[in-house]
Amino acid sequence: MFSESRLNQINEIVKRYPEGRHKSALLPVLHLAQEDHGWLSIDTMNEVAGVLNLEPIEVYEVASFYTMFHLKPVGKYVLEVCRTGPCCTVGAEELVQYIEDKLHIQVGETTADGLFTLKTVECLAACGTGPVLQIGPEYKYRENLTPQKIDELIDELRAKG
Amino acid sequence: MGRKILLEHIDVPGIQTLDVYRKMGGYNAVTKAIKNMSADEIVEEVKKSGLRGRGGAGFPTGMKWSFLDKKSDKPRYLVCNADESEPGTFKDRYLMEKLPHILIEGMICSSYALGANTSYIYVRGEMMYVIKILEKAIQEAYQAGFLGKNILGSDYSLDLYVQPGGGAYICGEETALLESLEGKRGNPRNKPPFPALWGLYGCPTVVNNVETIADVPWIINNGGEAYAGIGIGKSTGTKLISACGNINKPGVYEIELGISVEEFLNSDEYCGGIANGRKLKAVVAGGSSVPILPADLILTTANGEKRLMTYESLGDGGFVSGTMLGSGGFIVYDDQQCIVRNLWNFTRFYHHESCGQCSPCREGTGWMEKVLHRIENGHGKLSDIDLLVDVAKKIEGKTICPLGEAAAWPVASAIRHFRADFEEHVRNPDSCVKKHLHREMAHAH
Ligand SMILES: Cc1cc2nc3c(=O)[nH]c(=O)nc-3n(C[C@H](O)[C@H](O)[C@H](O)COP(=O)(O)O)c2cc1C
Ligand code: SF4
Ligand code: FES
Repeated sequence: MFSESRLNQINEIVKRYPEGRHKSALLPVLHLAQEDHGWLSIDTMNEVAGVLNLEPIEVYEVASFYTMFHLKPVGKYVLEVCRTGPCCTVGAEELVQYIEDKLHIQVGETTADGLFTLKTVECLAACGTGPVLQIGPEYKYRENLTPQKIDELIDELRAKG
Repeated sequence: MGRKILLEHIDVPGIQTLDVYRKMGGYNAVTKAIKNMSADEIVEEVKKSGLRGRGGAGFPTGMKWSFLDKKSDKPRYLVCNADESEPGTFKDRYLMEKLPHILIEGMICSSYALGANTSYIYVRGEMMYVIKILEKAIQEAYQAGFLGKNILGSDYSLDLYVQPGGGAYICGEETALLESLEGKRGNPRNKPPFPALWGLYGCPTVVNNVETIADVPWIINNGGEAYAGIGIGKSTGTKLISACGNINKPGVYEIELGISVEEFLNSDEYCGGIANGRKLKAVVAGGSSVPILPADLILTTANGEKRLMTYESLGDGGFVSGTMLGSGGFIVYDDQQCIVRNLWNFTRFYHHESCGQCSPCREGTGWMEKVLHRIENGHGKLSDIDLLVDVAKKIEGKTICPLGEAAAWPVASAIRHFRADFEEHVRNPDSCVKKHLHREMAHAH
């Protein structure tokens, strides 16, 4: 369920668009819903539909189009490593392999403790500071990655729990 | 040092804040535009400047603005394209993160020139932190009276909002972006009608790139002629180039259009030469969608002229021996890089990002990915190389949006200039596969 303050936030978002164009609020609201729940379940999407006065199918078809929306449960931290060409010229593929070995999971999987999900994504507009990853749910960037920096990052996130 | 129009004050501490930005002359263009100029006068200055769209296609901005349907009684919209997802391109993120107010100032001046009272900046969702920076800057601009009702006491009012995307390269295509902004899947629309007549919510709309909009305040302050005085011929002004790959100094550089590719690549002011003392193999000069050129052709045209960083010079030779300035994503490959693997990677990207509406794009990108994967992994046949050329040809010109071409051009050009590399992969699979010991990266998103 959206909290009271979320509902107020959603009301403000809807005002950004002309009368009758509240569907424009769908992507911003899906981001908020995902921030609250970590991923978008059918129940969550139905709630979004209700709040925005849309048909549930309108929400599903949009949520499934965009890669940022997780339609299955994910770990607390989603590590999304860029796998596109420019990052590969500076070692992105080797880095993905390093993370897989370190966390004992493959791309697409979540660690047994539910802390980390590893994903690959396309170019994050950080090609000059690759290899790069972003950490969901806040989407902070970590750039110029090395195995050592990955070690530090994982330690840091494990300490935060 | 070349002239700086956008990045002049980038190192000033606190330039992200409105106060410091104003101390450096920021928002003077808004005052000048709203108090002393008519909307048409601004469009005229932008026409005179010769400014061309910085999002990739290089279409003259003033001309695009003059196509906007002014007779319609519907509201008009300006939408800024900050979806920046073209591999190799990272200039807009840099500009918005470091100098958010230059974009806000540009949006106010441009919205006024177009008669828009509501405008949106569509930012790719992955850049959530950039969205926060922009929203803060917008709030400051409202408080200072540069946004909102009756700006600077005039009868002009403007509301400006930031809209997040959801992760989809195709939403950089302007009509897909508009669909996405309407809360739908990012499927490109058939054109015509163009957004100037039928854009956001079916209203007259201009879509411009971040950098294009950010150039407008300088043009208002200094005049279109002064802007046209920078650069060469029809390539006027400066351009942000994001340089990456195997160079000593990857980063975002503002260049005067017209410096030579060689200077850009080798001088310490820019890329600083190839990293690790290696040799240059190839360059993709304008983002992943433009044709790749081998070392000799990127430095000199087929006629033996020095290649310059301009729309015309990079385009010299057409697709036989030239390329495009595109979005300014400058990707450099040294002699250790595998052209086949890089092409497979790009083709996989386009297949992943195809919206699936047209079969030549949806199926063709998948075919090309599969065949390249086969060659890359040592199972290819010599006939596969021509098969790739054939598939690429069958996509070109047969799709709703240019993503089809964006996927086909890299394939056609890589094979044109590096056929020997492809043949070597087929004949002697071990020669290269060994360099790629790593596992395949999963295809699931
Ligand atoms: C597949 C595809 C992706 C695109 N991505 C972007 C983008 O990320 N940013 C951008 O400004 N233009 C992008 N464009 C170009 C836009 O469609 C449009 O031409 C541009 O935003 C117009 O702005 P400009 O005239 O200021 O360049 C893309 C085009 C295509 C076909
Ligand atoms: S060319 Fe590709 S991306 Fe563009 S509309 Fe057709 S299928 Fe979609
Ligand atoms: S290729 Fe990785 S950020 Fe662009």
